[in-house]
Amino acid sequence: MKLLVNFSRKRGSEPIIAKAVKETGVLIMVDRAQIDPAGGQMLIDVPRESCRLVSDKMGELGADVRILEHAVTLDMSECVDCGACISVCPREVFTFDAGWRLSMKEDRCVLCGRCVPACPHRALSVLV
Amino acid sequence: MEKSIEQINTRIREGNARVVTADEMPALVAELGEQGALREVDVVTTGTFGAMCSSGAFFNFGHADPPIRMERVWLNDVEAYGGIAAVDAYLGATQQSESRGIQYGGAHVLEDFVSGRRVELHAVSRGTDCYPRRNVTTELILEDLNQAIMVNPRNAYQRYNAATNSTDRTLYTYMGTLLPGCGNVSFSGAGTLSPLSNDPQFRVTGGGVPIFLGGAQGMIVGEGTQHSPAKGFGTLMVTGDLKQMSPQFLRAATMHGYGVTLYIGVGVPIPVLDLDIVRATAVRDEDIEVSVIDYGVPSRDRPALRTVNYAELKSGQVELHGEPVKTSSLSSYRRAREVAVALKGWVEQGKMALALPTRPIDPLKAARPMRETGRSPRVQDIMDRNVVSIGDDEVIKAAAAKLLKGETNHLVVVDREGRLVGVVTTYDVSKAIVHPGKAKVVGDIMTRKVITATPDESVDIAAQKLERYNISALPVTDTANRVQGMLTAIDLGKLFGGRWRR
Repeated sequence: MKLLVNFSRKRGSEPIIAKAVKETGVLIMVDRAQIDPAGGQMLIDVPRESCRLVSDKMGELGADVRILEHAVTLDMSECVDCGACISVCPREVFTFDAGWRLSMKEDRCVLCGRCVPACPHRALSVLV
Repeated sequence: MEKSIEQINTRIREGNARVVTADEMPALVAELGEQGALREVDVVTTGTFGAMCSSGAFFNFGHADPPIRMERVWLNDVEAYGGIAAVDAYLGATQQSESRGIQYGGAHVLEDFVSGRRVELHAVSRGTDCYPRRNVTTELILEDLNQAIMVNPRNAYQRYNAATNSTDRTLYTYMGTLLPGCGNVSFSGAGTLSPLSNDPQFRVTGGGVPIFLGGAQGMIVGEGTQHSPAKGFGTLMVTGDLKQMSPQFLRAATMHGYGVTLYIGVGVPIPVLDLDIVRATAVRDEDIEVSVIDYGVPSRDRPALRTVNYAELKSGQVELHGEPVKTSSLSSYRRAREVAVALKGWVEQGKMALALPTRPIDPLKAARPMRETGRSPRVQDIMDRNVVSIGDDEVIKAAAAKLLKGETNHLVVVDREGRLVGVVTTYDVSKAIVHPGKAKVVGDIMTRKVITATPDESVDIAAQKLERYNISALPVTDTANRVQGMLTAIDLGKLFGGRWRR
């Protein structure tokens, strides 16, 4: 399960990830992070069952946490199953099924956004 | 044994023709043998669904009152060609909107019409005695038009070279997003289902042959533009009634950073008359080869990295320089099959009779590149040959002196053999003098990763480099990396005053 974590240094400089791991015991995978002296945004991956626990803990530590149910969305009315998205995706989110229909494993998505302009039919959108 | 087109049409009329899609044919021929397949199969249907830029439609809007002779015509702010009779126009698929750029274009207007949506027509004229009106604006749906006739100058490429990109930045091309460092391979075409790959000799594919076009029954006009079957790149010019088409088989698209295009479904039914046709329609993905072309090289004759077949391309991965590289398609194989299956249905149900070409297509033609009478300017034509150079072990003050004396802002730094090792600018030198730190010699402050041009490079390509890397000068080097000259924005200005002016 992906969580999008926004935090600001203005509210203190807690080591959010380290504290959350230590206090919840849940191992957190950081997929992407963009951090500067003022704060930052991180995309983290945690087991589905621990999602609420981690999210609450990070909230206590002053972060703003959003649980991402649909990181990447496919508009089926626009998609023509060409597959232009397949090779630009670094995480193999997109594949063809046996009938050459595009299928999507959204939980693999790290919100890099490369697929959005690569889709000739504007069928893909990613959060944030 | 041979069959005639009349025999096949009789079976179609009686509803007992045996029709298969082209992807089923290789296995059928393997199972029944060529003679057996000729006996069993009457028609093979093909299909492709992909980006076909060279597409568009003629419209007749009917006369307004008072009447107008439309000189310039826009549909949803996309200009159509109005240089034909008073209320006729041709809308090209790739024409982009005046206000929305590449997000909306001719292809989108076609899709909007076919989807039953309203489209705004705007036209202007200078007014004549017989056509006094000067402008008109109205909203139309497809039904309101007298005619909407799709005529696509170039569709259904026999096959298409795959694309990759060896440079260090992402390229946005008509072949889609090409990742740096040959990070992916993009391809187009339906392989075993491709209409012209199933009849490369143009035995039964020619002018007058009925086809599937965008969901409607259409017709082959003749060879398409840039038709080059001698090299394995035949094309078709096709036509059909836009009013009968369906958005399932006609979709607008935007290639990011490139432009608007139209995705359209084309299928040709092939009558199985003899053994040659059986063999041609038994073509497999493995038999159809294309080159993987490096789009990182900005010239017409881009280098081919290797040859691949459609089976490899469709597998999702090919090897390039010994590394596996992911592939993906721009055209939809799923929709290509839907085209072939829909066409099969029409023939089986007797809705479409077959015909032999009334105008054959030349299977031996080869397209030629443009004959250019003017020569496009090269870097060597406008570069500055008086280059001031310096060694990397010279002191910074010496660089300052040379900049002043040479009245230039750029020094090329060369080694003892005259090979380029870096560049030093007025800015680098001023910075080193104002903030004297550890930097003592030119080698400490020069830029080592230098973007260069070659003498025979087109000026347009060099200008693109200056712009892309936001730099003010390009050292021009020969194959041995020796500096031949320098190209600056000032040199580019010469183009506007000199013999290259148009």
